[in-house]
Amino acid sequence: MLDRAAPDTKEESTERRRPVAFRGAGFTPDNGRYVGSITLALVVAVWQLAGSSGWVNPLFLPAPSAIAVALYKLATSGALWQHLWWSLLRIGAGWIIGTAAGVITGFAIGLSTMARGVGITFISALFPIPKIALLPLLILWLGIGEEPKIATIALGVFFSTAISVYSGVDAVPRNLIRMAQSFNVPFHAIVRRVIWPGALPSILAGFRITASVALLLVVSAEMIGAQFGIGAFVLQAGNLLQTDQLLAGVVILSLFGLAVGKLINWMEARLLHWR
Amino acid sequence: MDLIADHISHRFGKLAVLDDVSFTVSAGEVVAIVGPSGCGKSTLLSILGGLLRPDEGAAELRGAPPADSLNPLTFVFQDSALLPWSTVEENVEFPLLHTALTAAERRAVIDDALLRTGLVDFRTTYPKQLSGGMRQRVGIARALAVRPAILLMDEPLSALDSQTRELLMEDFVRLLADGAMGAVYVTHNLEEAVRLADRVVVLSRRPGRIREIVTIPMMRAERGGSGARAQMVSLQGELWSLIRNEAIDAEREVQHA
Repeated sequence: MLDRAAPDTKEESTERRRPVAFRGAGFTPDNGRYVGSITLALVVAVWQLAGSSGWVNPLFLPAPSAIAVALYKLATSGALWQHLWWSLLRIGAGWIIGTAAGVITGFAIGLSTMARGVGITFISALFPIPKIALLPLLILWLGIGEEPKIATIALGVFFSTAISVYSGVDAVPRNLIRMAQSFNVPFHAIVRRVIWPGALPSILAGFRITASVALLLVVSAEMIGAQFGIGAFVLQAGNLLQTDQLLAGVVILSLFGLAVGKLINWMEARLLHWR
Repeated sequence: MDLIADHISHRFGKLAVLDDVSFTVSAGEVVAIVGPSGCGKSTLLSILGGLLRPDEGAAELRGAPPADSLNPLTFVFQDSALLPWSTVEENVEFPLLHTALTAAERRAVIDDALLRTGLVDFRTTYPKQLSGGMRQRVGIARALAVRPAILLMDEPLSALDSQTRELLMEDFVRLLADGAMGAVYVTHNLEEAVRLADRVVVLSRRPGRIREIVTIPMMRAERGGSGARAQMVSLQGELWSLIRNEAIDAEREVQHA
């Protein structure tokens, strides 16, 4: 039989009670979603006020309303879409080629001893090179056209993708692979059903980085040698001291970056819902 | 089908882990492997299950596996090794996807495995939503789905709290009751070994050698009852006396490492 203890009936002491001091506050920052939006709106308002009141020279810092007007004119004239189309074309082609090659190379490095030995050596040697420095050489090899710009973006995307993919493959828990092997699951199925989904968080994190790399490289490449594209447009506006148009170009780049970030968030929510 | 450890020795680099280990697990028999920390219990299980090649000796099978067995030697892992991106149902289905079973046959096998492990209501649940005990149940359901001849269990209860451990131990006793399935059960918990095994292989400290093979002289069904408690405790005491001194030495060795 269990000997059940009676409820605590000890007489209360007359000594004064005091609360235990709470020491667990802080170190749990919240997203502060509204705080961010309100602060941004405040900064834009102050900026607008500074511009409309003549506190700053509009040549150096055009007011947000002037940038909005410049954007509207660019959109209605069709110039915005032309520049945007060329930039998106270059980014799209370069990113797809670089990503495809990076994913294949990353998986090869993650799965094969031979590929790992060769691949990591080359990636370690070539990854630190600023890819834009290769543009003149690529122009020499591929001619004056779209190819060298696309190749520059593809190169930049390739290295980051390959690194994130093989890091992701390395991070797949070995016990899951051993588990699959213990059930005689074939190699290709282990790659498809264990390693691919296991590496996906790292691969998607890599996409976030390569999207920024592609944006940086397209602007740089277009500034060096292009008639159309957001980079070329920003450079022309700067040369003509049309700072409202220059900042309109910067706003477009920022919106592009935000849109890509949202797209990757959406992909993560869809593909990594199990986390 | 018998599983034979035939003079198995293994090293990791300069570290000798197992030395000339031989024993046989007969069809339907449950053999527990106990020993001090680091004596090579899990290494031995990996060798027996074909996940690690021994430096010397071999793991061998004798006799034909049951005709309907899809994976005669099947592991139940300590951490359950579930695919976190797959639901309970998908995890149980995983080892069946590359067999000759049709979709309807797979469905029937999954239903049966989920029923036997009490997981019918958790089909669409993801592993992160489950407790440790429930996750281990999914690992057991996955193992049952391939109708193993011998289960290779690597400390399947060691990461669980004592109440969950007790519940799962009852499940193991029930699953192994009809003798259709044998098991090699690696554990550091002597109570589990005495409760479940027909024989207990006691390994010495590293490099693990067979120190003794102890037969448990009680029917498995009788061991859970209060009447058997004294004898169970006595058997645990005997096993503990076999490994106590070496367990102390092994612990000091680990602390100094």
